[in-house]
Amino acid sequence: MENRTSEFKIRMQKNTKAIAYPLIAILLSFIVGGIIVAAFGNDPINAYKAMFKGSLGSWSNFGETLVSVTPLILTGLAVAFAFRCGLFNIGAEGQFIIGAISSVWAGWAFTGLPAIIHIPIVLLVGAFAGGIWGGIVGWLKAKFGSHEVINSIMMNYIAMYLSNFIVMNLMNEPDKAFSFAIADTAKLYRFAESITIFKGSRVHIGIVIALIVAVFAYYLLNKTVRGYEVRAVGFNPHAAEYGGINVPHNVVFAMFVSGMFAGLAGAIMVTGVQFRANNLFGFTGYGFDGIAVALVGNNHPIGVILSAFLFGVLQKGGPMMQLQGVPKEVVGIIQGIIILFVAVNFVKVLIENYTEKKNSKKSIAKGEVK
Amino acid sequence: MKLSTVIEMKGISKSFPGIKANDDINLSVEKGEIHVLLGENGAGKSTLMNILYGLYQPDEGQIFIKGKAARISNPNVAISLGIGMVHQHFMLVEPFTVAENIVLGSEPKKGTSLDLDKAIKDVEELSKKYELKVDAKSLISDISVGMQQRVEILKTLYRGADILIFDEPTAVLTPQEIEELGVIMESLVSQGKTIILITHKLKEVMAMSDRVTIIRRGKVIDTLNTKETDIDELAEKMVGRKVNLHVEKLEKASDTPVLEVKGLKALDSRGLEAVKGVDFEVRSGEILGIAGVDGNGQTQLIQAITGLQKLTAGEVLLNGKEITGLPPKDVIDSGVGHIPEDRHKRGLILNYTLAENSILGSHKNKKFKSKFGLSYPKIREHARRLIKEFDVRTPNENVEARSLSGGNQQKLIIAREVDRDPSLCIAAQPTRGLDVGAIEFVHKRLVELRDSGKAVLLVSLELDEIMSLSDRIAVMYDGKIVDIVDAKDATEKKLGILMAGGSIQAEK
Repeated sequence: MENRTSEFKIRMQKNTKAIAYPLIAILLSFIVGGIIVAAFGNDPINAYKAMFKGSLGSWSNFGETLVSVTPLILTGLAVAFAFRCGLFNIGAEGQFIIGAISSVWAGWAFTGLPAIIHIPIVLLVGAFAGGIWGGIVGWLKAKFGSHEVINSIMMNYIAMYLSNFIVMNLMNEPDKAFSFAIADTAKLYRFAESITIFKGSRVHIGIVIALIVAVFAYYLLNKTVRGYEVRAVGFNPHAAEYGGINVPHNVVFAMFVSGMFAGLAGAIMVTGVQFRANNLFGFTGYGFDGIAVALVGNNHPIGVILSAFLFGVLQKGGPMMQLQGVPKEVVGIIQGIIILFVAVNFVKVLIENYTEKKNSKKSIAKGEVK
Repeated sequence: MKLSTVIEMKGISKSFPGIKANDDINLSVEKGEIHVLLGENGAGKSTLMNILYGLYQPDEGQIFIKGKAARISNPNVAISLGIGMVHQHFMLVEPFTVAENIVLGSEPKKGTSLDLDKAIKDVEELSKKYELKVDAKSLISDISVGMQQRVEILKTLYRGADILIFDEPTAVLTPQEIEELGVIMESLVSQGKTIILITHKLKEVMAMSDRVTIIRRGKVIDTLNTKETDIDELAEKMVGRKVNLHVEKLEKASDTPVLEVKGLKALDSRGLEAVKGVDFEVRSGEILGIAGVDGNGQTQLIQAITGLQKLTAGEVLLNGKEITGLPPKDVIDSGVGHIPEDRHKRGLILNYTLAENSILGSHKNKKFKSKFGLSYPKIREHARRLIKEFDVRTPNENVEARSLSGGNQQKLIIAREVDRDPSLCIAAQPTRGLDVGAIEFVHKRLVELRDSGKAVLLVSLELDEIMSLSDRIAVMYDGKIVDIVDAKDATEKKLGILMAGGSIQAEK
């Protein structure tokens, strides 16, 4: 029993640390961002106030923030999952696009189904298509050893232009730069339909789906044999191979699941917000933001939820800062600073160096030698 | 005597985070002696010598070279004081010639370009003067390990060293080469050089040194005249308790082959044939030792047997059943335990906890599963049992494997592999980098396995280990097994000849 409580304590300590370091980094980056805002001649307090008010100040603002948090959670999970297998999936963007266009097709092609059946089909089609898109990259790596970063970047372009081709030629709403819309039975439930406080926001059930997927990802990674193998390959493929783990197989699997998460993000954007696919002039950014979300969230599903939320706040609150006279670019700079501060992990390094020094002094004082 | 003290280190202390590597160490080395620093891995020998060579700065203490106080802030200062270091891992540029390597960093120049002719001449003169045979014009990649070491020695001499530090110089040599090194050191000393030899091998201490300073846990335990001591005393002082260096073994005879390897061929990572047709068998209740100098195909042989790499020809049978070319998973499941030669690369996932590591290779086993996936309580319980049975020193089973010492990491691997109850256990360099206490433990476990009727295939570069554990010894050279001898008939000399590619018949 005592063993168990101490074990719990150790785990708590570890978790607090894992959360505390990025938190401190975020705090510091806000301060640095504030200095920059001040340097541009604006009042940083007012600017931040506007940002938080704009993103969290009312239920409808909060709802709109959740609308952008939802795909970020999923693309963040996509990048994080691949990363735990030692793979850097830059292709969440392309998987997102493919997921979106496929779900538009499924949302349009199947008619006469009840929503309860139609919606899952649409989401699954989007996820599966994204999974295939990611899986191809994994397969190329496993089979030919070609690097997933290059391949997934290239797959992004293929995805975008393929999607545009389909939008403009095969599923085109006449004379418009977007596709035709999905059936009503494929549209996700919006909270505003029955909860009046969310009126004016488009927040939809997708946020719940994203949270469930995050829990699923956590479970898959940490509590299953498959997750054990995926992480083993990520940490040390040589030892994994020695332990009878099929490394190529797991690489394909991880890229497939990663692509599924990103594809699902695209499907949820289609069924929850857009109801159609647009002719893209550039990347949507959800996939690329997913990289930052995963990084800030330390590639942990729970961390990804929190960091996606932070990014959602920045995205929704940014325009409000603009209303206070802060240039849009500065909002972008603050976002960049946050990522940089968290990514370089300097808080952790500083604190650990400090405590290590203290400990070694202590143990030397006691005359201990390891 | 007092006048000729060339190195005096007084009250040297050096700490690293969490470790006091050197604690008030006093060392004095006389001119013209071979002085051994003896200690286990991690005792602080290398730290001390790195301080002397200027790679580390001591926290406290003073250094006197030839009676004068010196502050050795970097290796260049050490070199200018006449101190040279022959590193354990050679610091040579492989595509360069011997001469180019020796003059590297202090090249003779003609105008702005390298005067290669002078370099070659200098090297040849130096080589003649100290009787260190090298071929100045050949490439490093073409010469033997023994000659590479002579190049390292010449490098220090070229820079005018008269105090030479040898860091574990015998680790990569065959017995004959070790003997040659002994002769070289004698001749260097006779020409007025002073030698400090870092080692943890007791036999070398007895054979090669004048005096020995024993270091344990960062402290000097004693300094003795080699003539006035013996191996047992040194071992006890080095480890801090009585050590049983002799491996007790019961006679076991059996003819049932467990592992049969026939005509096995395999390539190395460059695509060259590393194993060139190998035949042998390991019987139940025996330890078959594979002796050989590093890089003669041992690694590839084991990887081919365990499915970690493809074999290009041949077959492998386990208990009469063919396991040729099966993937690692199937090899494990058919009853092969494998203690890999590189525990950090292969044996452990350092970021995984001990519990997670304890199921690597059997993680698909039903007994670690619950209804919905892996059962961590069951895994932890399994790990706790292994930790207890194999005396792994750790706070608990939830710490990462990287936080353990090498010895305890190895114990965990052995526990994991032995616990699966394999019919064949492959142990590749199972005691590399371990201290004497851990070595004793590993040897005991391997012999226990053998006594319980398992087959053990032992691959080691340490000849002593091979000779004391094996029932039969196969010697590997250049991808082939040159001979398999009964351990009772094996002598160090005989094995040494085979390891260098010679044959015993030719000797007779």
